[in-house]
Amino acid sequence: MTPVVRVQAEDFDPAAEQNALTAGRTDVGAVATFTGLCRSEGESLSALELEHYPGMAESQIEAAANRAAERFTVDALLVIHRYGKIAPGERIVFVCATSRHRDAAFDACRYVMDYLKTDAPFWKKEHRVDGGEGEWVDAKDADNSAKARWES
Amino acid sequence: MATKVLYFAWLRERIGLAEETVDLPETVTDVTTLLGWLAGRGDGYAYALENPDIVRVALDQQLVHQSTPIGEPREIALFPPMTGG
Repeated sequence: MTPVVRVQAEDFDPAAEQNALTAGRTDVGAVATFTGLCRSEGESLSALELEHYPGMAESQIEAAANRAAERFTVDALLVIHRYGKIAPGERIVFVCATSRHRDAAFDACRYVMDYLKTDAPFWKKEHRVDGGEGEWVDAKDADNSAKARWES
Repeated sequence: MATKVLYFAWLRERIGLAEETVDLPETVTDVTTLLGWLAGRGDGYAYALENPDIVRVALDQQLVHQSTPIGEPREIALFPPMTGG
């Protein structure tokens, strides 16, 4: 099973993506999805601008997805990550895993997200509602601990 | 040998370039000496690299440690800790 990874500027339709993974399948018993959205941080942000390293962004997500597919018994694994300017409420990232039983689908989604946060070369710059110079979003220690949990 | 160097996020802003081609001197043997050499190329570089320990480096799109020998990469990338997802 080869995971599918797409890094794109365009929005996507989570329902359509999920349906495409299960259409015509009678062996799949579980579908888990994660969708990450842009927050306004208390109405202070007008957008996040996501910068990425083309090529390496794809290969780093693929590496995490391949490890997830090897570690958990999934039937399909899809990861979509957007770049460019994304407004509050809009989708940034989507992970969908299908499997026979629920644990593999849940775990694969979570594993991919935990590694993607710290290992995939994306950076977020804030655009402020008041027009002021936005900051680059800092990496969080919590994201490193989330990843470390899979390594114990 | 001419090597392409890419800068992302606030490193790009502080240095004022998204990419450039450099000739690495022989004194650059690993990632630490690379960052030290780049920091000497101007005020923007010095500002971007004032705290080299937090800068992430990829050689030919592979993440490396500060002690990694530089080798002969075609492409070097410098960027802050990643904040995807």
